[in-house]
Amino acid sequence: MLHVARWRVLAVIIVTLLGLIFALPNSIPASIRSAMPSFLPNKTVNLGLDLQGGSYLMFEVEAGAVYKARLESVADDLSRELRGQKRPGELGAAKRPIAFSGRGLSPDGEVVRVTIDNSADIPEAIKRIAALASPVVGLSGPTGGSDLEIKQAAGSVLEIRLTQEAKISMTRRAVSQSIEVIRRRIDETGTKEPAITRQGVDRIVVQAPGESDPEKLKRLVGQTARLTFQMVDESISPAEAAAGRIPPGSVLLAQPGDPNEPFVLVRRRALVTGDNLTKADPGFDQQTGVPSVTFQFDGAGGRAFARATTENVGKRFAIVLDDKVLSAPSIREPILAGSGQITGNFTIESANELATLLRAGALPAPLKVMEQRTVGPELGRDSINAGATAGIIAMLLIVVFMILAYGLVFGGIAIIALAVNLILIIAAMTGVGATLTLPGIAGLILTIGAAVDANVLIYERMREEELAGRSTALAIDAGFKRAIVTVMDANVTALLTALILFYFGAGPVRGFAWTLSIGVITSLFTAILMTQVLVAAWYWRTKPKRLPI
Amino acid sequence: MKWPFIKLIPKNTQFGFVRFSFPAAIVSVVLCMGSLVACFTLGLNFGIDFKGGTVVEAVWDRPINLAQVRQQIGNMGLRDVGVQDFQEPTQAMIRFLPPDGADASATVDRVKGELRTMMPGVKFPRVEVVGPKVSEELGVNGALALGIAIVLVVLYIWTRFELQMGFGSIVALAHDIILTLGFMAVTQLDFSLTTIAALLTIIGYSMNDTVVVFDRMRENMRKYKKMPLGDIIDLSTNETLSRTIITALTTFLALLGLTVVGGETMQVFTIIMLFGVFIGTYSSIYVAAPVLILWPPKRGIEKAVAKTAADARP
Repeated sequence: MLHVARWRVLAVIIVTLLGLIFALPNSIPASIRSAMPSFLPNKTVNLGLDLQGGSYLMFEVEAGAVYKARLESVADDLSRELRGQKRPGELGAAKRPIAFSGRGLSPDGEVVRVTIDNSADIPEAIKRIAALASPVVGLSGPTGGSDLEIKQAAGSVLEIRLTQEAKISMTRRAVSQSIEVIRRRIDETGTKEPAITRQGVDRIVVQAPGESDPEKLKRLVGQTARLTFQMVDESISPAEAAAGRIPPGSVLLAQPGDPNEPFVLVRRRALVTGDNLTKADPGFDQQTGVPSVTFQFDGAGGRAFARATTENVGKRFAIVLDDKVLSAPSIREPILAGSGQITGNFTIESANELATLLRAGALPAPLKVMEQRTVGPELGRDSINAGATAGIIAMLLIVVFMILAYGLVFGGIAIIALAVNLILIIAAMTGVGATLTLPGIAGLILTIGAAVDANVLIYERMREEELAGRSTALAIDAGFKRAIVTVMDANVTALLTALILFYFGAGPVRGFAWTLSIGVITSLFTAILMTQVLVAAWYWRTKPKRLPI
Repeated sequence: MKWPFIKLIPKNTQFGFVRFSFPAAIVSVVLCMGSLVACFTLGLNFGIDFKGGTVVEAVWDRPINLAQVRQQIGNMGLRDVGVQDFQEPTQAMIRFLPPDGADASATVDRVKGELRTMMPGVKFPRVEVVGPKVSEELGVNGALALGIAIVLVVLYIWTRFELQMGFGSIVALAHDIILTLGFMAVTQLDFSLTTIAALLTIIGYSMNDTVVVFDRMRENMRKYKKMPLGDIIDLSTNETLSRTIITALTTFLALLGLTVVGGETMQVFTIIMLFGVFIGTYSSIYVAAPVLILWPPKRGIEKAVAKTAADARP
């Protein structure tokens, strides 16, 4: 009767002590914590961005651009194959040319169409186009599939599309590459430990805690930074180009930095791209003194640039960043040194940013901001303070209420259980690395209110059992045994909803689910095990004739 | 002084709950209908989490001229612009949707630039941009979460208790959610992700309460095999009444502090929760249990189960 197994007492003591040890670092200032010997636990609970301030940015990788680029190159190579020209470095005799017309990429960038003039040539044309396909690389090496799908449509039109498998693989690669580029860019600026994570199939989340400038972060992360050097098309006058008579193979691009020449007609083909850069640094133009970016090409890039500038002395070329012309200087002499500088209406800061972007490399596809949430650090601090005040108020109200309702002994036991419960929640959150958010604080406070429920259930049951005529010890015993079933049933439903919230909730709401579900589990421990041990200890010490509730 | 100091409920209440279940049912049905009407006519005030759009909070060291902000922002070609004061005159809350086809994130930077030239030194402690695709997903996920929560909870109660009790609990849950949504439609409180969290918590709380009453009913049905169901419900509700009220009170007290000092975001959450605690307590007494009178659980089976359980014991 009222015998409490020794393991229960031990479990209560050990768990409470462990809880204290893990929860304690949270109450020690950081300066002392860093000076403590390393064998002591010094982890503190993670604060969500809404509490410590910071920026959350979710980007979507626009994989469509990667698909389009691949099909564009297929469309280019296709004419060479059909004409029977040899690929660079290809051996063997030249093939016979196949007559074709209407070659082009559809406006949505999904399909390349070509009309074969003589329908007898179609099988041979399909064979040659199929040679352009490359194998799809999956997570564990090549899958054996091909990335192109060639179909004969109405008449003698061939349609070339990317296979679904190829799209998945290209998206996956684009996302991984983007994450790498973003990491390099952020490392370059020395921003405080941002977290970069993949989400779903084609999304990337960047979380930067603390005092951060979301606009700068967005420019740094979201800019594709594809730099190209392209020849200016001077075959027609700017007026003709503006009227829309754009020659094939050229494109009209905006030049936002120069009001005298808002649009420049450039050749589509890039002479050299940013991939060939080995160095990029901010600097100043030696003649005018305006901010600029100096760069250095690698071997191949240097050679290509030297050849292009030698062949085109006197003509102009354009330096293009993300389809916008930065500047379009004339080639006064061949540039053989493999280095140069970019000017174009920079400030010192923007020159610095561009240099950083060029060093880290271009993104494989444009990124689009899907979601942005920024909280200033001061607002975060205010939230923590408000949460703490609310918690203290809740705690005080409940302490007073429980003592009034159940007396010093049983009310006191419930309060001890509640305090240990709070310590355990904080310890568990610290231990598993859960994140505390503002809704999480609300969850914690709600748990304060709900955790005493188990004690209430047990006490009410004891009271009933005593009323039914049992002796004190029997009433305590029966009260526990009967109430525990109810406590379990009631808590399972609470745990179920908390887990669903955890699975479906995002960010701050997930923090709420953390505190709620951990709170349910710890309150089972404190209410059942701990309360039982404390009540038994009280009983054996005082041997009461009746329950004081 | 003699403890306990306060006695909320006399030790042996014998309140005839079932007697009032018919008028209570009418009240519940009327309130539910009213809530549905409010939801469809007034509509819920969906925040940017589910509607998409942008919210910018601005703080300046001087009072902000809202009319001027409204005019300035109004000239930028944005959609659905809303400017309102927020807590103090030095703070303002600006909501808008970007122009059709424009990038939301770039638009917010333009708006911030505009505000900076108008009010040098202005700060933006909170900026939220939710794209249309994300808000749609958040909405679908929120609805899914609610649906799955209800199904799981009902399944649990069905397996632990009986089908009829599962049915009783689903009616009680629907009642709680409909009334809370009606409350939100009438008050036009901001319906956000946090609201979904609050709704799920209300489900958890309400079920917690219902389970305690059902648990006692199951026990009493075994104990008093001949007692009519109405009396069983009355007895069980009375026996657990003290606990029901004390727990509602402690939860209420805990939330009280948060409502007073918790700040705007948390206030919405706690107000909904306070309402939910009240409704959840009411529904476990006057919705979940009376439904069992309409569709009584089979007590023969109950007996058989108890018997086999007893036989199985060594």
